[in-house]
Amino acid sequence: MSTQKGDREAILGRVKEALREPAPLKHPAERSAGGEPTTAHFREWLPPVGAGTDERLDLFRKLSETLRSELVSCSSLQEAAKEIEKLATTENWRKLALHNGEIVDALIPLLPSSLQILPLQKGYDKDELESCDAGLTECDLLVAQTGSVCVTSKNSGGRVLSVLPPHHLVVARTSQLVTDLTEAYLSLAAKYRDGYPSMISFITGPSRTGDIERILVLGAHGPKRLTILLLP
Amino acid sequence: MNMIAEPPSHQFQSDANRTANDAPRRAAVRRALSNYQTARDRTGATFTDWKSARAAASTIKHEALNHLDRYLEEFEQKFTARGGQVFWASDSKQARDYILELAKKNNVRSIVKSKAMTGEEIHLNQALLEAGYGVVESDLGEYIQQLKGEPPYHFVFPCMHLRRDEISDLFHRELGTAKTDSPEELTMIARRVLRRAYVEADMGISGGNFIVADTGMISITENEGNARLTVGLPKIHVALIGIEKMVPRLADLALFLPMLATAGTGQHMTGYNSMYGGPRQPGEIDGPEEFHVVFLDNHRTRLLADPEQRDALHCIRCGACLNVCPIFKNIGGHTYGTTYQGPIGSVITPHFRGLEDWKHLSGASSLCGACTETCPVGIDIHHHLLHNRRNAASQKPAKGEQLLWKAFSFLMKRPALYRFATKFAPLGGLLHPLVQGTPLDPVASWTATREFPAAPMGSFRERFRAHAAAKKSAGNKGGNR
Repeated sequence: MSTQKGDREAILGRVKEALREPAPLKHPAERSAGGEPTTAHFREWLPPVGAGTDERLDLFRKLSETLRSELVSCSSLQEAAKEIEKLATTENWRKLALHNGEIVDALIPLLPSSLQILPLQKGYDKDELESCDAGLTECDLLVAQTGSVCVTSKNSGGRVLSVLPPHHLVVARTSQLVTDLTEAYLSLAAKYRDGYPSMISFITGPSRTGDIERILVLGAHGPKRLTILLLP
Repeated sequence: MNMIAEPPSHQFQSDANRTANDAPRRAAVRRALSNYQTARDRTGATFTDWKSARAAASTIKHEALNHLDRYLEEFEQKFTARGGQVFWASDSKQARDYILELAKKNNVRSIVKSKAMTGEEIHLNQALLEAGYGVVESDLGEYIQQLKGEPPYHFVFPCMHLRRDEISDLFHRELGTAKTDSPEELTMIARRVLRRAYVEADMGISGGNFIVADTGMISITENEGNARLTVGLPKIHVALIGIEKMVPRLADLALFLPMLATAGTGQHMTGYNSMYGGPRQPGEIDGPEEFHVVFLDNHRTRLLADPEQRDALHCIRCGACLNVCPIFKNIGGHTYGTTYQGPIGSVITPHFRGLEDWKHLSGASSLCGACTETCPVGIDIHHHLLHNRRNAASQKPAKGEQLLWKAFSFLMKRPALYRFATKFAPLGGLLHPLVQGTPLDPVASWTATREFPAAPMGSFRERFRAHAAAKKSAGNKGGNR
């Protein structure tokens, strides 16, 4: 089966045949010389972000609020650990799943000892992960323009840690905040020059649905809460 | 729904008559859409220059579609280099058979599926269920429709036509849950049921919003996180995607993701926008062992071969054209009888399923152009409806109509005959009540809902002559300034 490709040649043949006559370009866009509209152009058209770090952070904060993400600035790892402890107490957590990484590893010794930790590094049981109260991950980037947290399967929780437990906790550094999606893609391309992770996901707010009468409900399948702990 | 015996145009006509008179349903749809419109207007206004963004989106899709062969091959090369597998399906049956074969080969027991209109297009669920595989739709709206045994009402908002009490009754009947009028509680019921489905499934099936050529990725846009779970937990991931969903570069998504969100739901960015470039990679903690992309042609190349209408394939399925369409608002999604409803569905369905059977959809338009205006990739939707009308007329001329026009032009070229004929118009008006409401009524489709205007006793010519004579005599009396 792995060598079976179906009607590859027939479909490609039909596509080539179909394209013999060119189609008119009905809405020509502003373009670079002889090329396509570039990502530099996108910036002139999409919602503006502002130039400085403070403006980026302000916009990220504003969008987080609209999206019902909870953004908490922490001046130190200790403060972040305190914040986690507070959440664990109010939500009565028993088990926290996490994906190791530089910041997460530094946080682990500071977490309350009553909290059972499930590290996913060496594989995991799906049922056990499903029974966890929260998932703790780092992220690859934060995007000011959209209020998004960018996670990948390589560094920030694998495929499902950021969506299966009912509360997703992200620890991030302010330096991870980029201006817009264009910068995010450039940054990812540079970071993963030797091969992209199998998944890149821009998470924009907690899981949501409007399927019933277009009324917003949080926590459709993924997390009901998304908390971003922002370290300097 | 028995749509097999009945020609699509008859089904359309009778369903349209019924749904257009269903005032409560229409009110529910309007309410849902007015919430959408407010959000979309607000988000659209935050763009510095929506028009230029739209022209760019159109240009990029034009580039992708007009070099589709090259980009498909580029995707395949990049994707397979990272352990993915590509299957090329010419039609529905080939795609279904491949997925069934995969399930069989891997001893799959249960399947979870995230939203994929291509799945609806090839009747995948039906085929899987017939072959004995349990398959659960994981998108809330799709799950509700699956429980209800109905196709999606709208390809972005599958159950927008249902009120919460109807959904509560459905859950009560099918799942035995207590009745509730809270959308939140209803959502949590589905959440509980579907959690098990993700964990237990050994195959996850998804669609895809974009095929990214330069990095060999499939991009999936969703709000609930159900697609993330569907393609994250099971050991096999199958993505069924139409070949037209191509964009050349990953960086292009920096434009398309915000535009899709804005046009689709009025959000700045949809909840989860995820790009998948292969099965689990070395060093990763989870993810499927196998990732199969099924490229679906299913007559897309037929539309591609028409340069005049090729840009209908630029569609990113945001659903905006449905949301603004006066016809959709009045007749609803099911009336179309198609996988893709609304204006864009009326444009592409005749290409996918035959012009003769589906040409009536081109008439289901007021040609107001709201669809064209709102389309984020600049497809001239209402002009394509006109193209379809023209093509249908030249493929199979309407003999009766032609004869009528011939008679009309014969009459118009002969003034004496015309004058003579107009004398009989009042006679027609006198005779009409005798046949009104019977099958003999020649203007039945008009008079079913409206009065037929009575012919005046005097013709325009006669009245004009009388008017001119009166004016002349008044002028002669000296009133001419």
